[in-house]
Amino acid sequence: MIPRRNKGERRERREGASESRARLRDQYNGWLHHHRLSAADSLSRVLESPVASVLTWLVIGIALALPVGLDVALENFGRLGAQWESPAQISLFLQEEVSTDVATELAGGLATRADIAATRFISREEALEEFRTLSGFGDVLDSLDSNPLPHLILVSPADEAGAAALRQNLEGLPEVSEALLDMEWLQRLESLMVLSRRLVQAVGGLLVLGVVLILGNTIRLAIENRREEIVVVKLIGGSNAFVRRPFLYTGLWYGVGGGVFAAALVALSLWFLQQPVGELAALYDTDFRLEGLGVMGGLNLVILGGMLGLAGAWLAVARHLVRIEPH
Amino acid sequence: MISFERVSKRYSEGHDALREVSFAINRDELVFLTGHSGAGKSTLLRLIMLMERPSRGQVSVDGKNLATVGSRGIPQHRRNIGVVFQNHQLLFDRPVFDNVALPLVIAGYDQRDVGRRVRAALDKVGLLDRERAMPVSLSGGEQQRVGIARAVVAKPKILLADEPTGNLDPSLSAEIMQLFEEFNQVGVTVLIASHDLALISRLRHRIITLDQGRLIAGGAS
Ligand SMILES: Nc1ncnc2c1ncn2[C@@H]1O[C@H](COP(=O)(O)OP(=O)(O)O)[C@@H](O)[C@H]1O
Ligand SMILES: [Mg+2]
Repeated sequence: MIPRRNKGERRERREGASESRARLRDQYNGWLHHHRLSAADSLSRVLESPVASVLTWLVIGIALALPVGLDVALENFGRLGAQWESPAQISLFLQEEVSTDVATELAGGLATRADIAATRFISREEALEEFRTLSGFGDVLDSLDSNPLPHLILVSPADEAGAAALRQNLEGLPEVSEALLDMEWLQRLESLMVLSRRLVQAVGGLLVLGVVLILGNTIRLAIENRREEIVVVKLIGGSNAFVRRPFLYTGLWYGVGGGVFAAALVALSLWFLQQPVGELAALYDTDFRLEGLGVMGGLNLVILGGMLGLAGAWLAVARHLVRIEPH
Repeated sequence: MISFERVSKRYSEGHDALREVSFAINRDELVFLTGHSGAGKSTLLRLIMLMERPSRGQVSVDGKNLATVGSRGIPQHRRNIGVVFQNHQLLFDRPVFDNVALPLVIAGYDQRDVGRRVRAALDKVGLLDRERAMPVSLSGGEQQRVGIARAVVAKPKILLADEPTGNLDPSLSAEIMQLFEEFNQVGVTVLIASHDLALISRLRHRIITLDQGRLIAGGAS
């Protein structure tokens, strides 16, 4: 539709220009000009009511940031899991009454088995010391009068495929109270990750739908506000595309703004989490750092926002413009 | 230029707004359309603009049967017709210049042409010095002249007006009618709906009279 003129726009006179010559070219220029004016006019209308627009952007931003933020978190979690992934290892927790000497002997004996590559013995005293320094629960441990930890033998299987069978076999030893295959929790973590990703996708899909509906409703209001103008423009020969154009741009601006807000929100949350995560990583002696969206990820969010904005505007325009008489 | 052949229009409520109306208006003619309120004048103009479709009969404009114009062709059809409304239908959030420029922007005229044509149209209706004014700051007669400038700016072959003097006093009405006569003299076909018989019978043009949807006088040119 007709954008309001920007002040001081260049208007030249060109007397006597031939009417029909270059008419097509003029029409193309006029069309391009209308696109430019529509885009600028829609943007200035959006900026004219800053509070309402910022609220709309924020709503869209939050709806987009939520699934994207969760996905970033999962991505990081996955990297964390990968860091810990070591060759399968079986932890043998020994019975309470097994002495240090018996345990050392057992570790040495096991190491000679064909299906075992190596063993490492960690006495209950060593384990307590390690736990004390790593966990920061020193005071709590000091207040206990006896060491709650059992002796531990770490067993590296000769071949990973037989690890599960080996674990079962080792659990049958009389000195062993429990044998844990470390791969098990990694596998559990893996399936938990798959499940979480699915969940994020489902939530993301719903929120994206929500964004389209919010934008559709915003555009519907914009259409209502300009109903009279739409009628006049239709009466003097404005095509549907012409009437549609400024509203599509309005949707685009709301969507792009929402995408920018979403990228900012994700970056802000990561920045907020970076320090505690860094401290935790230091505690566990890894150099793990949170990884954000990156420039490309942020840009993709903005593009996604823009596309959703256009989709919402299309929806509103298709539903509401046709209802305005005359046709 | 405009011809109706046994045209009837029944609105969905079952009311017959036009019944078997036939007439033809030649190129370069200025014709008045009169009749009491509810006689069907606006309906007849709406059929020409394709705001409505006839229930029966055939409407032709510039030799073209309007039944052959599909919904995609409607914008192009309307661009060939200038329309003046009783309540002017100006856009009050932008100045006079932009209101008059509307049809040119819609038709995709080059920016340079727009300024030239808008000023020519405003000059014709005597409002050249008000191009930056907002419509609210204009009198009723001036607003109507802005509406007329908008109707003629794209140089349509046909000019329709629905009660263009409805809200104006007699001397302003006469000025407006004189404007229409001037456009007619440069070759525009003009059809003006008006129930102001005192005014239009003083001007010497054909008068088509409708009564309850029937054409009762002025059908033959
Ligand atoms: N959109 C409509 N739906 C139903 N009836 C209508 C509609 N428009 C006009 N009419 C009826 O058609 C008749 C002719 O109306 P109109 O063409 O507006 O007459 P005029 O312009 O001569 O006053 C009137 O009785 C009016 O009530
Ligand atoms: Mg009427």
